[in-house]
Amino acid sequence: MISVLFYFQVHQPFRLKKDYSFFDIGKNHFYEDEEANRSILNKVADKCYIPTNKLLLDLIKRYPGQFKVAFSISGVVIEQFEKYNPYVLELFQELAATGQVEFINETYYHSLSFLFSKKEFKEQVKMHKEKIQTLFGQTPTTFRNTELIYHNDLALELEKMGYKTVISEGANQIMGWRSPNYLYQPVGVHKLNLLLKNFKLSDDIAFRFSNKGWEDYPLTAEKFASWIHSTSGNGELINLFMDYETFGEHQWADTGIFDFMKALPEAILKNPEYQFITPSQASQFYTPLSQIDVPYYISWADLERDLTAWLGNPLQDSAIEKIYEIEKEVKASKDVEIIHTWRKLLTSDHFYYMCTKWFSDGDVHKYFNPYDSPYDAYVVYANVLNDLIETIKQKSLVAMDT
Amino acid sequence: MKVLMFGWEFPPIISGGLGTASYGITRGLHNAGVELAFVMPTKKRLKIDVPFDIIAADEVHLIKRYEQVIREMKNINTSVFKKKFTIAPYFTKEEYTEYLQQFEIEKKHHKIDLEQEGLLYFTGNYGKQLMSEVHRYGIIGEILGYGEDCDVIHAHDWLTYIAGVAAKEASGKPLVIHVHATEVDRSGENLNQEVFGIEKYGMTHADRIIAVSHYTKNIIIHKYGIDASKVDVVHNAVDKSQKLKRLGIEKNVKEKIVLFLGRVTMQKGPDYFVEAAYKVFQKNKNVRFVMAGSGDMLTRMILRVASLRMLDRFHFTGFLKGVDVERMYAMSDIYVMPSVSEPFGISPFEALLYDVPAIISKQSGVAEVLNHAIKIDFWDIDRLAEMMLMLLENEKIAKEIASKSKADMEFIHWDYAGEKIKSVYKTVLNFN
Repeated sequence: MISVLFYFQVHQPFRLKKDYSFFDIGKNHFYEDEEANRSILNKVADKCYIPTNKLLLDLIKRYPGQFKVAFSISGVVIEQFEKYNPYVLELFQELAATGQVEFINETYYHSLSFLFSKKEFKEQVKMHKEKIQTLFGQTPTTFRNTELIYHNDLALELEKMGYKTVISEGANQIMGWRSPNYLYQPVGVHKLNLLLKNFKLSDDIAFRFSNKGWEDYPLTAEKFASWIHSTSGNGELINLFMDYETFGEHQWADTGIFDFMKALPEAILKNPEYQFITPSQASQFYTPLSQIDVPYYISWADLERDLTAWLGNPLQDSAIEKIYEIEKEVKASKDVEIIHTWRKLLTSDHFYYMCTKWFSDGDVHKYFNPYDSPYDAYVVYANVLNDLIETIKQKSLVAMDT
Repeated sequence: MKVLMFGWEFPPIISGGLGTASYGITRGLHNAGVELAFVMPTKKRLKIDVPFDIIAADEVHLIKRYEQVIREMKNINTSVFKKKFTIAPYFTKEEYTEYLQQFEIEKKHHKIDLEQEGLLYFTGNYGKQLMSEVHRYGIIGEILGYGEDCDVIHAHDWLTYIAGVAAKEASGKPLVIHVHATEVDRSGENLNQEVFGIEKYGMTHADRIIAVSHYTKNIIIHKYGIDASKVDVVHNAVDKSQKLKRLGIEKNVKEKIVLFLGRVTMQKGPDYFVEAAYKVFQKNKNVRFVMAGSGDMLTRMILRVASLRMLDRFHFTGFLKGVDVERMYAMSDIYVMPSVSEPFGISPFEALLYDVPAIISKQSGVAEVLNHAIKIDFWDIDRLAEMMLMLLENEKIAKEIASKSKADMEFIHWDYAGEKIKSVYKTVLNFN
């Protein structure tokens, strides 16, 4: 049997107030642009989360035991669902109740903590695991790191933490001639398996679907299924990983993305050699083909598939170093609010906004950036961070006095 | 251009800041080529040596003036005067009666002769009789409005607004009122309604309003309901402690602040500021640097500051305007202008208004005037850093430099203010 594995990433950051200024430092301790966060979340809920969840529920009912998907939902987006749109969360819970949906574990705050603090990383993973248990009644055994960031060391750590499966990108620099269409095993571990994204087929849906200049436009379910079926004899597992917002938000409803998805299971299942599978089932079902050595960091971002979307320029490095530098003080404060605020500032998006790679050529990535420029993103983040540092200092002074 | 200006104090008769400001403003206007007649309640029969007329209200002989006005009125078309002589509008009946009674008493006791009978009495103080004096000053305003030849009327603070409006109505000439302070500043929420009423009356009847800060302008707009487009800002030279309090500013960080404020372009030398800041930063962590402004070098400066890992000590505000500029100066401890080339450079003056000592480049015109400011070559970042550290660590010296520089700049500042006020006059003259 050849399996098709859909994993969808669901995430929205807590965006900061774009006008948080130097004058706010020491005075204004509320950093988030509540208005923007609420309206963006509700907009995406209407365009994507609600209709797509309903569509998937229908498909699961239509193909009982056959159609399966997996989600990784960041803790920060879950908090926004709870706050602004609990109905979305109810739909996810309905999906969980079907037994055909797996929920993947990640860092609660969608952070780069693995790179900067193993202690913080473990705490966030645990928080997220508990959140999944509470909301969806599952104990996750699959892990995906923020933005599919991956390294041999991550695999070693995850094996120690008891995970069975980890997800990453089938980046050219690590695959070479190899195909992502198999189960692999990271070097140095014995139980943990590695699932790699088939970025060609994933991006056909996520990025190229509505591109009229693309030679394969328009993409129909039949055409896509035929590509999947053509892998027969050349792979066991087709990993389609993408942002959930692909449906209805990145690709609007009028592109036909929902009709495509609606027709896809039937088109794929037409060939009896094919089935749908979830990550943890894939780990049980297949034997790793070989080991994969990833001695440097990879991710699913941009053409480079590396860390340069979040790290590497002075704005990003300066900001992220400083925020992790205060971890000890933050935690020593034992103030739940402060710790939560600090952690929300660890969300990778803040550093993504500071990326200067695309600034000059006005790339599509600007679509995701609420700021006019990466420099604005840095200045606001720095102001907020300064206020947080001052707040912690004040608190520890008060604590010393009493 | 001739201005009939109503004030309350003038050196040597001063008790508050208004007299000093009046002196500065009249000097600045005079240097700008504006003719002036300055009216004040009393000069206590002193001779004040200034190159323009000073009219003391207690020396204005009402009877003679009225006779003269009536004579003139007969010769011209009376319809230009919309109304007859009236007592100034805020002189209540009771006050007027009281005034007459007092006048009668004085006449009896002091055997006031006919010559004296046409005079009104003024102390020019801020005592019990203040309100009656303010209204009496209105009568003077009206009579001078009829008799004095002028193009514009200018009135300083609420004490003179009634006189200013009366002069405007009598003469048909535009009125500029100058707001140095408001009742909102003086009394907060427990306003003296009478004073507040006079202020509002003045602001409503004025053709233009000059506020001494953007902060004051905001009060005029929001507390008095005046249209923003009617208000101009011309800064006075005042001292910082007063200013900080008046601006309602509380410094948001404990550390001392070193400020660069200006366009972030090559000409202004922002890169030298950043490099010098880094040298200071390595030695003294108890200081914050602020770069306020925008320009084509800003992104490079932000990158550089991030590279130097000064995130928690070096801040960017972007382009500031209005009240934020005032706040920024008022919060700062050192002002740095490392301009590569600057024909003049007014910003160190603005910093000095808030008692912020300046380090300026020798390559600026202002360096010739500010004898006591610290001067450096813009490229000499070692020296710049050294001077920043010296001022940061020696408050006494910093204070002394600020006060001496302030003396250096005072006259120049008033000339600058005079030019700005003159341009306000031009606006009202065009409108009318």
